Amino acid sequence: MSSTASQPVLSQVPDALGHFGPYGGTFVPETLVFALRQLTDEYQRAKADPAFQQEFDFYLREYVGRPSRLYHARRLSEHLGGAKIYLKREDLNHTGAHKINNAIGQALLTKRMGKKRVIAETGAGQHGVATATVAALFDLECDVYMGAEDVRRQALNVFRMRLMNARVVEVHSGLKTLKDALNEALRDWMGSVENTHYIIGSVAGPHPFPMMVRDFQACIGRETRQQCLEAEQRLPDAVIACVGGGSNAAGIFYPFIDDTSVRLIGVEPGGRSARLGDHAATLTYGQPGVLHGALSYVLQDEDGQTADVHSVSAGLDYPGVGPEHAYWKDSKRVEYTTVTDEEALEAFEMLARTEGIIPALESAHAIAKVARLAPQMGKDKVIVVNLSGRGDKDCQEVARLLENARG
Amino acid sequence: MGIAAASESRVARAFAPLRARGQAGLVPFLPAGYPDLATTQSCLLAAQRAGATVIEVGIPFSDPIADGPVIQQAFAHALQQRIRLADIFAAIGEIRSQLTVPVMAMVTYSIVYRIGLERFAEQAREAGLSGVILPDVPPPEAQDICHRFWESGLDTTLLIAPTTSPQRRGEIADLCSGFIYYLSVSGITGERTALPADLASNLKQIRQLTDKPLAVGFGISTAAHVRQLRGHADAAIVGSAIVRRMRDAAQKNAVISDVVESYCQELAEGGREA
Repeated sequence: MSSTASQPVLSQVPDALGHFGPYGGTFVPETLVFALRQLTDEYQRAKADPAFQQEFDFYLREYVGRPSRLYHARRLSEHLGGAKIYLKREDLNHTGAHKINNAIGQALLTKRMGKKRVIAETGAGQHGVATATVAALFDLECDVYMGAEDVRRQALNVFRMRLMNARVVEVHSGLKTLKDALNEALRDWMGSVENTHYIIGSVAGPHPFPMMVRDFQACIGRETRQQCLEAEQRLPDAVIACVGGGSNAAGIFYPFIDDTSVRLIGVEPGGRSARLGDHAATLTYGQPGVLHGALSYVLQDEDGQTADVHSVSAGLDYPGVGPEHAYWKDSKRVEYTTVTDEEALEAFEMLARTEGIIPALESAHAIAKVARLAPQMGKDKVIVVNLSGRGDKDCQEVARLLENARG
Repeated sequence: MGIAAASESRVARAFAPLRARGQAGLVPFLPAGYPDLATTQSCLLAAQRAGATVIEVGIPFSDPIADGPVIQQAFAHALQQRIRLADIFAAIGEIRSQLTVPVMAMVTYSIVYRIGLERFAEQAREAGLSGVILPDVPPPEAQDICHRFWESGLDTTLLIAPTTSPQRRGEIADLCSGFIYYLSVSGITGERTALPADLASNLKQIRQLTDKPLAVGFGISTAAHVRQLRGHADAAIVGSAIVRRMRDAAQKNAVISDVVESYCQELAEGGREA
């Protein structure tokens, strides 16, 4: 599987059929092929159209508030006593996470295709909120599929989506989390392809989603690169991001892929233990397989049935991962590691105390890795961590967990 | 192309007499392991007695995105019983000498990939299966995958949707060595009251592209539906309507295979009578 022998430039993927080396592709019911082709064509046209890029940039700047800051976290750096740490503040975007970048891009495409309705899946609710937001902004009908368990865990985001006039559809199949919401959204799309666009929130799914979502999120890495050059007159030594489906990581890594001096580190949710069912660390513990339309790494049993997954963070609770990450893993361009629930909770508190910033539990996984890595690096070294979202949505759940642990 | 020409295919042979007589055959769908494997065995034989042309056995999957609630629940039930692929193959293998009708596995590529295509094909062949129906492998991914199945001695069936372009319809037909599965509607499996108005024109268009057997699925649940397909297609595929009757029979403690047999008889009759 890992025979990527003579791949010259790692950033020149995917091919026209959506293959990242052996990964990616289109494994979906034929009913969806029409919509995926239409989307691929429209996206290629939009990409080449300066008017589309201008409009996208306009909304990123004026509505989302980009560029997001690259903030030197002095107290955190001192506290850890090693490398100089910068935070890429995606948490300061409108709606509080990086998800809005992609939602804006896909909403503009929806308009171009003349479709009037969007659907989305959501785990923690950040992508659902981002989709509900752009639906309100661009006057599109919106249905968001969300696992019943996540509806419970993320009540605040459910309220936000409904406030913006989206319909939140509770999904009761399977474990009632992100994977099941994605299944249900795909089922909706099978019957509604002609008037509906499915805004997938991660770099997963069939072609062209992994490529397109990466491109829409790549503003994170492009800004980071330039901001780091301005602040430090050089590139960072390491860039760290959490990986569930992998969109914030793909967005910040991609513009650094050809800068081989920069270590890229993806942090997966290690959950409670390394046992199948106790984590959602697909690249670390999984293997190649097909899920939700693409070949990538997956967590499944010996028969190919998707495994149960767990993470303290609802946004990382997914048994698959984007195919480009699989490609980066096999080519060794990106290192993937895990952080446990407990470490993520510690990092959540640490960032709040040292910097006055409450991170999303997803992003807290990346902070936890920084806490391990920074002390081993000299003070002249620079680490950038993608603070992909803010933690307001998680406060209730964390309060409950801390009370249980300490009570 | 030449590896599994339609004339050699056991599945295609099963369809051959129908067109000559102007009849529509029946392809019943049975979810493996629902509610248990003994029932799968008895229902296979019941469907055969009722006059099925080919029988489709659904391999349960945790994430069946093309299926509506009835089949989803049947799959979930089978997986909760921890019924594994090896058990399914063993159960079908046990009755293979009694099965004269070709049996095909409807299976997601997720499972095929994990087991390994050649290994999966070998086990399926040993169980007496004639081919696979691949619901989530469209061209161009299907190209290589279908050839590998043919080399492993199994027939392949792919799906054509109402949204499929004319050019793709031809490509897909070329990759079907069993029969061609036409989806009557865009959407997921489940019963619907009427067949869509554009069905006949879509079927006519496909028949102009190819001579291969053509079966229609999704939303078919009555003998009248099957009757309407006569002259337009070679068979009707019926899934959710059968599975719902199996579920109701199980709840009433009725003999599930008897219910399947009489319902399949009724449907098959619709395809035969004038």
